[in-house]
Amino acid sequence: MLALFFILVFPGFIFLSLLGLAGQFVDRKIYARLQNRMGPPWYQPFADFIKLLGKEDIVPAEANPRMFKLMPLFSLTAVVTAFLYIPLWDIKSLLSFNGDVIVVLYLLTIPTITFFIGGWYSTSLYARLGSVRALTQLCAYEIPLFIGILSSALLANTWSLSEIALFYNSHPWYWTFNFIGFGVSLIALLGKLEKVPFDTPEAETEIVAGSFTEYSGRLFAFFRLTMDIEMIVGASLITAVFLPFGLTLHPYISLVLFLVKIFGVIALISLARSLFARLRIDQMMRFCLKYVTPIALVQLLINIFLKGFLYR
Amino acid sequence: MAEEKDFKIPIGPQHPALKEPEGFSVALKGEKILGVEIRLGYNHRGIEKACEDRTYIQDLYLIERVCGICSHSHSTCFVQAVEEIAKLEVSKRAQYIRTIIAELERIHSHFLWLGVAGHEIGFDTLLMYTWRDREIVMDLLAKLTGNRVNYSINTIGGVRRDITDSQKKEILEAVDKLEERTKYYIEIATQEVSIIKRLKGVGVLSKDDALRLGAVGPTARASGISRDTRKDDPYAAYSEVSFNVATDTNCDVFGRTVVRLKELMEAYKIIRQLVGIVPAGAIVIRAPRKIPVGEAISRYEAPRGEDVHYVKANGTEKPERVKIRAPTLANIQAVKRMLEDRFLADMPIVIAAIDPCFSCTDRAILLEEKNSSKKNIMTWQSLRSYSIDWYRKRGIDFSKLSEKIKG
Amino acid sequence: MRPAKMIRQVLQSVFKKPATINYPAQKSGMAKGFRGKLKFYPERCIGCKMCMRDCPAGAINIKEIGEKKFSMEIDLGKCIYCAQCVDSCVKKALEYTDEFELAQLDRNKLKIVFDTKEK
Repeated sequence: MLALFFILVFPGFIFLSLLGLAGQFVDRKIYARLQNRMGPPWYQPFADFIKLLGKEDIVPAEANPRMFKLMPLFSLTAVVTAFLYIPLWDIKSLLSFNGDVIVVLYLLTIPTITFFIGGWYSTSLYARLGSVRALTQLCAYEIPLFIGILSSALLANTWSLSEIALFYNSHPWYWTFNFIGFGVSLIALLGKLEKVPFDTPEAETEIVAGSFTEYSGRLFAFFRLTMDIEMIVGASLITAVFLPFGLTLHPYISLVLFLVKIFGVIALISLARSLFARLRIDQMMRFCLKYVTPIALVQLLINIFLKGFLYR
Repeated sequence: MAEEKDFKIPIGPQHPALKEPEGFSVALKGEKILGVEIRLGYNHRGIEKACEDRTYIQDLYLIERVCGICSHSHSTCFVQAVEEIAKLEVSKRAQYIRTIIAELERIHSHFLWLGVAGHEIGFDTLLMYTWRDREIVMDLLAKLTGNRVNYSINTIGGVRRDITDSQKKEILEAVDKLEERTKYYIEIATQEVSIIKRLKGVGVLSKDDALRLGAVGPTARASGISRDTRKDDPYAAYSEVSFNVATDTNCDVFGRTVVRLKELMEAYKIIRQLVGIVPAGAIVIRAPRKIPVGEAISRYEAPRGEDVHYVKANGTEKPERVKIRAPTLANIQAVKRMLEDRFLADMPIVIAAIDPCFSCTDRAILLEEKNSSKKNIMTWQSLRSYSIDWYRKRGIDFSKLSEKIKG
Repeated sequence: MRPAKMIRQVLQSVFKKPATINYPAQKSGMAKGFRGKLKFYPERCIGCKMCMRDCPAGAINIKEIGEKKFSMEIDLGKCIYCAQCVDSCVKKALEYTDEFELAQLDRNKLKIVFDTKEK
């Protein structure tokens, strides 16, 4: 019974949804202040979600209705499941086993595939273009993301997120070796979340809304909720792997520290959004494979040397 | 994953990339553009015909509303043509005031363009910053002329409002602030990596192509053609100030950005010279209501290029024929050439780089009948009865409409 | 070429006052001399109807309601706020104010009548 409460309410589905909507507010408010504007009030994302739930969802006549309607559900399930494995404000996460770093990374790939399938089965020209771009982008940013996160796991000598947190807590200051990996993972996270400068799959001025062109009403509300929760899950993954300090303090202080860390990562994402223009798909591939991946490999090499050095 | 077959994607008439409706049908193979078909005419409002039913004074306000951004250009161009037919000598003070407002309009238009270009490449911060600085110009114009757009400062024979000394000081202060902001934008545009990657090499139009396709304005000047109506055929007070024509040899969208930024710096120079030497005098001379028989062409350098108006008068209060050739019509042929062999992602910025104003452009369209190769021209009466019949066949009756409008 | 060239100004903007305001809770008025809603002085009108002739939109209607007394009916929906009538009036019976918040839900409420009983 208690497990059901943990999974559905706290820190499961309902808590995660509220945190996702709050994260969207923080992102939009900081983005607006960076541009010298007022920004939305605190209840804006909640109001948007409730309004979208009340609208009619229209399925295009030529689309495949079953695939079209199932995709938001799949993506939402995947990101909520990924959250259960991440240690938040305690060393132990809700569920853990050896190898769950890779499982979390794979679960985070599922939303991108559902964007592709949903866009492809929409049979609208703009949606097809957007979905193909989303999958092309996946090939570019997955490599630096995997290398960055796995190099930190390499130093901790384990593939389990809870044990990574345990390792870094017992060896304080080891997480400072991973700064390059932190930077590389943040850039790759921008690609996963499809935010500027990597938001070609959803470019508003070129292909209307990419894979989401034909979605409306409840289905669109769930896709947007997925994207918000994906932002929170990505931020907490990076926090758990690269900033694992202060996890053994009193639980309430730990919780506050966790929220500060997540919103700090979201603030960095908003800052990156406001500084750059959008890159074209071929420029984005070239940038990721030519510049970001070698830097990630450098971090991997550093960690391999350090591991040999420290485990003498 | 995606089979490489050709398909046609419609950009427009309704599309988030375009600010005004226009039909582009793009043939794509993957992400590469094979060809573009352009279809104009969605913004046709029948302005040229409406001008013939109104007096010259009422036409002033109608012509001004051809476009919101270059409204003063159209208004001044029309008034200059009418004054040429009526042989009126406008006072020097009125010419200077017209030129000051014209340069302020050029400033506001180029700031607007910078913001729109930033939005099309996904750089919303540039949009917000340039439009915030544009508010300085809009507030100044509201103080000088009474409105933020559609200034209505021209009247036949001169201008309607005068400039006081305190307003001259405000103009100089605003110009100082704007110059500082423009220098910052020049720095950003030439050094920010993501902007340069998106703008360089995109939308290339060589000098020969620009001459052959008849490009005007900053589009032509960015290909190295030094053509500017303010220097070639000076009007208003342009013969009394010294300025340079801004050109660039880059021939692409980056070149067009540089040309517009250089034009902004020239505009500040011009305004400072003008405000210092405005001569005293009356601002309006009495103009007759009935303009004598004659015809005239007048040209004007709008922010987008060369604007041509033709007016024919027949001795009554209403003009016989008014024809407007907006600069975007001359530039739109060049868009097809610029988009050959480029990616779909470049389409919005290439269209935005010629600074399209489709409200100015749409005058009349030619419809070809599918099955016959004969062309025929309809008179006004036959076109009107044809359209009423077309709607009646589909069950819509317009006979009650005129009472509904009057009541 | 430098990446993130705008970072200094972008970070400074967080500490500056925002350039937008929470309209309609806060309002910023228009400049003096803004061409807004018209105002009519019935005691100065002589009924020449020059304003009606010159109006580009046909928004003004001058009616005679008594011996040398005139009232003006203006349709705010048709008016384009060009103030040509103000220039054309020989007796300076028309002037413009800077009121611009004139929206209504009912089209009939946009027709306003000025006569000697109202200001």
